[in-house]
Amino acid sequence: MNEFLLLFRRDFKSADAPSPQDLQNAMKLWQNWLGGIAAQNKLVDTGNRLASEGKVVHAGDRISDGPYAEIKESLGGYTIIRADSLEEAAELAKGCPVTLIGGNVEVRQLVPPNL
Amino acid sequence: MSEKEILPRLFRTEYRKIIAVLCRRFGFDHVETAEDIASDTFLTAAETWGLKGLPDKPEAWLYKVASNKAVNFLRKKAIQERPIPGLTPDESTVNDWGIDLSPQNIQDSQLQMIFAICQPLLPPYSQVALALRILCGFGIDEIAGAFLSNRETITKRLQRAKDKLRENKITLGFPSDPAARLPAVLSTLYLLFNEGYYSRHSDWLVRKDLCLEAMRLTLLLTEYPDTDVPDVSALLALMCFHASRLDARIGSKGEIIRYDDQDPALWNAELIGKGNFFFNRAAQGEHAGQYHLEAAIAYWHTSKEDTAEKWDAILSLYNRLLLQRYSPVAALNRAFAISKIKGKAAGIQEAEKLKLGSYGPYHHLLGYLYSGTDNSRALFHLQQALQLSNTPADRDNIRRDMARIN
Repeated sequence: MNEFLLLFRRDFKSADAPSPQDLQNAMKLWQNWLGGIAAQNKLVDTGNRLASEGKVVHAGDRISDGPYAEIKESLGGYTIIRADSLEEAAELAKGCPVTLIGGNVEVRQLVPPNL
Repeated sequence: MSEKEILPRLFRTEYRKIIAVLCRRFGFDHVETAEDIASDTFLTAAETWGLKGLPDKPEAWLYKVASNKAVNFLRKKAIQERPIPGLTPDESTVNDWGIDLSPQNIQDSQLQMIFAICQPLLPPYSQVALALRILCGFGIDEIAGAFLSNRETITKRLQRAKDKLRENKITLGFPSDPAARLPAVLSTLYLLFNEGYYSRHSDWLVRKDLCLEAMRLTLLLTEYPDTDVPDVSALLALMCFHASRLDARIGSKGEIIRYDDQDPALWNAELIGKGNFFFNRAAQGEHAGQYHLEAAIAYWHTSKEDTAEKWDAILSLYNRLLLQRYSPVAALNRAFAISKIKGKAAGIQEAEKLKLGSYGPYHHLLGYLYSGTDNSRALFHLQQALQLSNTPADRDNIRRDMARIN
């Protein structure tokens, strides 16, 4: 089995500020979606959300704010799962709550570095 | 009850008490001696009671015989090379050889024995196995069954564990870091409780005694400030909730009656009350561990009413359990909860993703979920469940489900 990174992307700017009820509902959805993966014993790491504030370091040690100002589909969080193939991993990612609010899930295999 | 029935039952409840007290007296170094004396006591009981019938007070008889055998042993040892701590030849004139089988000493010795056995230096698996052997009087085969292992592996594991404890000169006494030891202790007590509740390994259906002993030991932990932490109360709450249904669980022919078929009037309200009490006690701080979540689920099951609120809460709890740790049982129960909320088709979808084809309860669940919509498939799964089942009680239930479809 291989491990796969699921990257959740959504449009921060176009999203309305969620109400407490929205947050509550969202939590239930995420909990159930992740729970479904965990139930199949395919969850490696529930992962994290990402704070909306960010910084980017460029060549010449230049630091800028972002990246949400420049990129429409900004990273909201990640999870790590295991699967036999990229196809299976993508299948597992189906139903992810981020897709219900116009976002998407990028699925990438983790390749251990040869350091 | 004839002496044929009572002796195995007493073995389970009294063997470990005798060992605990003897170990406390001799030191853990001599655990095998304690085991020998305890086993010997029961052998004598089997021979004597077979010939002369049951004594009036069987437990007292056992304690007296164990005590006598221990005293004989100590007398012999007093004049031999290998010393027993705290005993010199001069003490042989004293009548009291320190075999105190009073309830208080039994209690204290057992608690100390739990901590002596549940040592961080032993692998968790070995701690539980040793505890089951010495604290609970489990047979090697029964321990092997509990761990889905085999006799040789368990025997080796037990020997290695005892040797390690001896090498490290582990003695009976309360640990300096009880909090660190608690997870293993609680795991053992939970296993003990489950052994009684499900009794997969013997001809008796529910060994109520084991459940009650597990609860008693867990309660003991709440009575010492150092071990009175929320996880302990949570585990005790969980045990109380499950135990409240023990009487309703056994039918007139000794068969296991499942939750859905049980008569709530037979549920023990006092135990449910106790469960609620300890559950509240456990609700302190941020941490909601495995026992908290399972206790919460058990709490919801103390009411049979199928409300949306109940099953939403239960689904959420199983999700949280699985996010902490995968278990096939939790995965199956989650699928069942989904079927209660969204219907059997949704439940089937979730269940079939689990791919637990070599696990009997998986097929049993699918048998239930398919019944009514695809009976031939349901029967196929129930047949699989039957083949994979390893207890007569379980098989009876599956056959009953099959009969209901036909």
